[in-house]
Amino acid sequence: MSGVLILVVGALTAIGTYLVTSRALSRIVLGFALLGHAAVLALVTAGGRAGDPPLADRLETSADAADPLPQALSLTAIVISFGLTLFLLALAGRQRQLSGDDLVEDDIEDRRIAEHTEAEQ
Amino acid sequence: MSVLVGLAVIVPLLAAMVSLGVRRHAFLRDTVVLGSLVGVTVMSAVLLIQVEANGSLVVRVGGWLPQLGIVLVADMFAVLVLSVAMVTITLVEAFSIGQRRSTAGADPTVAAPMLMVLTAGVALSVLTGDLFTLFVAFELMLVASYVLLTHKGQAGQVRSGMTYVVINLFASTLFLFGVAFVYSATGTVNLALLVERIPELQTEVRWGIGLWFLVVFGTKAAMFPLFSWLPDSYPTAPTTITAVFAGLLTKIGVYVMIRFHTLMSMDDLGTVILVIAGFTMIVGVLGALAQDDMKRILSFHIVSQIGYMLMGLGLFSVAGVAGAIIFVVHQIPVKTVLFLVGAMVETDRRSSALSKLGGLVSSRPWLAVAFALPALSLAGLPPFSGFVAKLALIDAGVEAGTVAIVVVGLVGSALTLLSMVKIWAGVFWGPQNAPAFHAPESEEWAPRSATARGWSTMSLATGAAVALTLAIALFAGPLWDMSERAATELLDGEVYVTDVLGSER
Repeated sequence: MSGVLILVVGALTAIGTYLVTSRALSRIVLGFALLGHAAVLALVTAGGRAGDPPLADRLETSADAADPLPQALSLTAIVISFGLTLFLLALAGRQRQLSGDDLVEDDIEDRRIAEHTEAEQ
Repeated sequence: MSVLVGLAVIVPLLAAMVSLGVRRHAFLRDTVVLGSLVGVTVMSAVLLIQVEANGSLVVRVGGWLPQLGIVLVADMFAVLVLSVAMVTITLVEAFSIGQRRSTAGADPTVAAPMLMVLTAGVALSVLTGDLFTLFVAFELMLVASYVLLTHKGQAGQVRSGMTYVVINLFASTLFLFGVAFVYSATGTVNLALLVERIPELQTEVRWGIGLWFLVVFGTKAAMFPLFSWLPDSYPTAPTTITAVFAGLLTKIGVYVMIRFHTLMSMDDLGTVILVIAGFTMIVGVLGALAQDDMKRILSFHIVSQIGYMLMGLGLFSVAGVAGAIIFVVHQIPVKTVLFLVGAMVETDRRSSALSKLGGLVSSRPWLAVAFALPALSLAGLPPFSGFVAKLALIDAGVEAGTVAIVVVGLVGSALTLLSMVKIWAGVFWGPQNAPAFHAPESEEWAPRSATARGWSTMSLATGAAVALTLAIALFAGPLWDMSERAATELLDGEVYVTDVLGSER
């Protein structure tokens, strides 16, 4: 059970990281969505085995209740990553308005160095 | 008294909501924002006095046990950094109210509420007593910073904003993974419980957790080699926003690193941190020397100065950590005031490129003084606050017998002075290259009377910030005592555990 989850976390992280290193912001957004899922899944896995619902009035009767803390943390993390996905999409939209695509451009230093080497050749 | 600990987080959040509601009414909005900032500053000053006299204050949010709920811990280190941070944010907000009428300024309908969200994030990340709340606080702070950086939607801001957001978001995801690792290794995210449980783990697991969080916090703190997002993004924001970022965001990253790595007794990582510290100092300052724009030079200096704080942490001695703490306390106002002067230069001359500036020492002599004092302090010349902080670090380094890092630190200081001289020569000396703002060229510039009034507000805020940096040097004695106490508490860990867990153990 847990082994499968860990493999899924690994796969999601790998694909997510690959997408985040891309130049197009739309792919980066997808990458972060996958990375967010991976992190949340890791949190849930950290809570141990699945068990009975951890309800206050049932705790006495049920010996193997699930750990509620990672689930509470996961919910918070999901909300945060949802908000940030929207922000990234807005940023991608703005970039599209400004330049016609949603590609991340080179930073100033990179462009300066490129100009410098071109000038020297 | 402990109600103040919670209020320091809640008041800015409420002010953010209210000021968002009244964002079109300039007077109401500014009153709410400035009023609550002054309130929080007074609160944190009261907390500082209280904690200094009676020891840490702990609040259990909702009355939950520390194992389950959120705890806020106002210990010496927290209140010290909180007070300086709040004073600094207040001064920047006063400054930006004065700057509103110039085109270089941020859009206040967005910037004022977002600044309050950022303030709440800063307060929460300083006060929080568990790792996950720290993650939420970081997100609060960073989300506000994303919006502040990109809200004007100009091409340069969107371009550098994308790099900034993507890198910080990636670091936040790593943070979340880190929380999961720590939870599965120890079964808790509460810092006080972790103080007891992490040293019991296997060495490999401890190293893993320590290095993982070094990368996470190091990205936020812009340490070598994870700093490349900073000099590219900071200068593109409106300068008052950059002033807040420069003074606070990276320092909170360092604050958290100091708190985590000392409390969890990660002494084994000392050498790794020292090597990184050395590279951060030198690479940052060399980057600064290569630049020809005031804001970009100052941005690279943020990186370089982070190295000194890491050096204090890497020593893992009371003297070293105390040095790092007093360095953080001195850096917050000094870095901010340098950017505020940069903002005034920009308002005056509509440029921050060294080649387009010059001769300000004769046209704006007071501005030159307001730059020179913190610049000398940044370079670490006596009798300024930077000297006190650097002396403490160098002393701790010599005491620990790590000569290499001391030498690197001194070389870094000399190069810092050199690049400050470069700004001085480019901006304040020489012929006046650009027209002053008295002759407005475009319609965007407001009527002169309004600008003049704004100018005096800006001068007043900058003057107060300069006075704050001087006060740090003046009260170096008491501040050092507090830093030393904070460092002792952090390295011992026992005080923190007893404060938070109390009788439940």
